[in-house]
Amino acid sequence: MGAAIEVVDLAKSYGELRAVDAVSFEVAEGEFFGILGPNGAGKTTTLEMIEGLRQPDAGTIRLLGEPPWPRNPALLPRIGVQLQSSAFFERLTAREQIHTLASLYGVKAATADDWLERVGLVDKADTRVEQLSGGQAQRLSIACALVHEPEVVFLDEPTAALDPQARRNLWELLSGLNDSGRTVVLTTHYMDEAEVLCDRVAIVDHGRILQLDSPASLVRGLDAATRITVAPGQLSTQEALAISGVDDVTEGSTGLVLRTRQPAVVLSALAEQQHLAGVQVQTGTLEDVFLSLTGREYRA
Amino acid sequence: MSSLAFKNLSLAIIRGFVRDKASVFFAIVFPLMFLVLFGGLFGDASTSRVEMIQVGDVAFIDQMPRAEKATFEETFHITHSDDLEASVAKVKKGDADVAVEMRGKTLIAHYTQTDQVKAAVTQGVLRAFVDSTNLALSGKPPTYELQAERVEDDSLKVIQFVTPGLLGWAVAMSASFGAAATLNGWRNSKLLRRLQLSPVPTGTLVGARVSVTIAIALTQMAIFLGLGAAAFGLTLTGAWPVAIPLLVVGTLCFMAIGLLAGAVAKTTEGAVNMANFIVLPMSFLSGSFFPLDAAPAWLQGLAHVLPLWWLNEGMLDVMVRGESATAVLLPMVVLAAFALVVTAIAAKLFRWETT
Repeated sequence: MGAAIEVVDLAKSYGELRAVDAVSFEVAEGEFFGILGPNGAGKTTTLEMIEGLRQPDAGTIRLLGEPPWPRNPALLPRIGVQLQSSAFFERLTAREQIHTLASLYGVKAATADDWLERVGLVDKADTRVEQLSGGQAQRLSIACALVHEPEVVFLDEPTAALDPQARRNLWELLSGLNDSGRTVVLTTHYMDEAEVLCDRVAIVDHGRILQLDSPASLVRGLDAATRITVAPGQLSTQEALAISGVDDVTEGSTGLVLRTRQPAVVLSALAEQQHLAGVQVQTGTLEDVFLSLTGREYRA
Repeated sequence: MSSLAFKNLSLAIIRGFVRDKASVFFAIVFPLMFLVLFGGLFGDASTSRVEMIQVGDVAFIDQMPRAEKATFEETFHITHSDDLEASVAKVKKGDADVAVEMRGKTLIAHYTQTDQVKAAVTQGVLRAFVDSTNLALSGKPPTYELQAERVEDDSLKVIQFVTPGLLGWAVAMSASFGAAATLNGWRNSKLLRRLQLSPVPTGTLVGARVSVTIAIALTQMAIFLGLGAAAFGLTLTGAWPVAIPLLVVGTLCFMAIGLLAGAVAKTTEGAVNMANFIVLPMSFLSGSFFPLDAAPAWLQGLAHVLPLWWLNEGMLDVMVRGESATAVLLPMVVLAAFALVVTAIAAKLFRWETT
């Protein structure tokens, strides 16, 4: 499989601020690629340069083998973009909205109706966009980005400002987007979202890529301790420290917390001693990765 | 694909407009309220007669020949009374304009100066009738005769003057508000970015927005002229159809002003308010609500730099003053120049980012 996107030494400054600084990466065809970082990290600027909305100060971009800047009309039907949930025509219904956008790509109204069904908005087809909930508006926005079956789709923080339930509902929709070989690029400032959805994640901060790998490799490479919580009253601190592999023990509100880099050894020891009831195991997360990379707590 | 895109974009914009009650109100209903107000308020002004109280017998009036009496009553509405004091009191209070009595061969008119026009009319007309009666009694044919003819069309009423001015104001409002709200709103919602990333050429998008605005302006024109003619006796003069291309160029000019407001303002409300801040004072200074004839010379000079003054003058010339079609040429050139310059400034000031 070739690369759908190639970015080499990309840079963009606004006055003194280096919004994007020497960023290079490749996205393979059919890959679900995440750009993860806090607000102001340069995610959206990077995305907008790849889409062809902004001219980079330096560096080269190949999108499906072609330069996206200046506006490249041959490329536009091959890409889909979801900018933010409010990028709609005012006072149109959901159906009118997607029909209008579909017609800009020469896509039939019937196809547009199919997409309304795929994102579960048939009930809301005659509702004006202003009356849709945040999650429904995001679904419509995503349907509008996909209605012309683009090869590459860009989703800019599709779950921002949604409640946890609506976010998880949207993940189901998003996770199937690259099934048919479509390339998906997603920006997010949610660690869990990147972990669940993305094949590979670029962690960005202050305009630079800190690390780029699959979520599992990032966490593994972190060499972070696993936290095993044992229910209160099962073990004393001394007994816990006696188990081989346990690095240290603290008393938490939900029980005794054992930190270890050999979770398998510790868990089998706990199993032998019949202390497994109510055990909780917490492995490292991307949040730990961010913490170790930047030395500061991750705040969205 | 492009013509279908054009059609659907236009349709989307029209739907957005007609579903926005505030836009429709300010484009059509609000200016029409002024038309009804002005048409109704001043409609009868030119025909109101002088209220005259005739005290006792006044041979001069009573013995007037029938034809002359009719002419006399076109100017005066006569009521009778026998009480001189009460009649003069009525004039003083403004309930009547003049009380007339006869003392021997002298006609005495007690009039009020409150309404100077009516006072002058009363004196002039009474003097004229007295003179002509004296002349007729002397038996000599008159040496000179006066034939007064008005230069304006007979139909020249207030409605003739207010309709083009109010139409100019209405079009200026809806064209500038629409352009300001679209540019600003679509930028802030990122719809403009979204459309930039669709394969539709920018020209198609701009063309759809401009076409819808022009269609709205022509609808406003049809409603104004239709209502003016049907309800208030508006009559248009020969070359009025050339007001259509004039109005189209005027619409482009006010769209440009709206684009400028939309480019500069941070929020959509701010953009519309800014457009209103430009258009409303301009309407007053351009004679949309009342003629500038009585305004000081410097103000009339200032009006010449305002695009709306050119639009109003051009429409007045061909719609009610009976000028030939070429009268709109200069206004059209001026408005087109305004449109180009203001659009260029707006493009220069436009920023994708609002912060």
